[in-house]
Amino acid sequence: MIRFALGGAATVFTGLVSSRYGASIGGLFLALPAIFCASATLIEKHEIRRKREAGLACERRGQMAAAVDSAGAALGALGMLAFAIVFSLTAESSIAAAFMGASLAWLVISVAAWYVRLKTRSVQRVQSEQKGSDSAIPRSR
Amino acid sequence: MTEYVIRFLVGGAVVSAFAMLGDLLRPKSFAGLFGAAPSVALATLGIAVYQHGADYAALQTQAMIGGAIALAVYSVVVCHLLVRAKLRAAPATLLSLVVWLIVAFGVLTLAGGQTRSRSAFRRHLSRKAAGTNT
Repeated sequence: MIRFALGGAATVFTGLVSSRYGASIGGLFLALPAIFCASATLIEKHEIRRKREAGLACERRGQMAAAVDSAGAALGALGMLAFAIVFSLTAESSIAAAFMGASLAWLVISVAAWYVRLKTRSVQRVQSEQKGSDSAIPRSR
Repeated sequence: MTEYVIRFLVGGAVVSAFAMLGDLLRPKSFAGLFGAAPSVALATLGIAVYQHGADYAALQTQAMIGGAIALAVYSVVVCHLLVRAKLRAAPATLLSLVVWLIVAFGVLTLAGGQTRSRSAFRRHLSRKAAGTNT
């Protein structure tokens, strides 16, 4: 319900800005992180509640859950950039193709960026574990 | 008035659909992708095409490029404020909106400046060509 209200309000706000200040300024606000603010706060609250019920230290875990979500949003922003570029290039030839192509570009770029980040992090984790085990051997001798 | 009611309903429906999709998916970093989904953009562009035509929507998405760059910077700043400064989510996301505004308008100004200088250069070239032809 909160997201519905915020999404509706953000769309109305963008329309108002566009009609008052023109398409260029209004276009900027198509990428306004209004919904992200609510999502991050909700994720933090849910995580805190979940950990409190499990009897764990909760505040820091809530912050970390919101931080992970914002890292995902940074990758999603790359997808949004692809969406805007594809739409602006194809809109004048075909609107249906512009909507489909831009949405596909958003999905492909976002998922690809997320996958690359996942792989990079797992390689880093393996390297740090190897370093840890290497340094542990001389100490044990 | 009717136009804004339609905007509210369409925007709310599209944003809710993306948010529900994000809630269903795991892990959290993958679900976060849907936090930056172009949900408001899809709703607004659909209405813009219907009301003003494709050219207007294309102009809006050109400016949206600046907004998307600002969103990427914003998300990184929020992440750092949560992890390093240990702020709660609400103040971190709200404070970072200043960063979004600065970057978005900075990129728009920069891109606008470049467009202006490019069009001035083109005008200069065409004037020069017209001068040599005459």
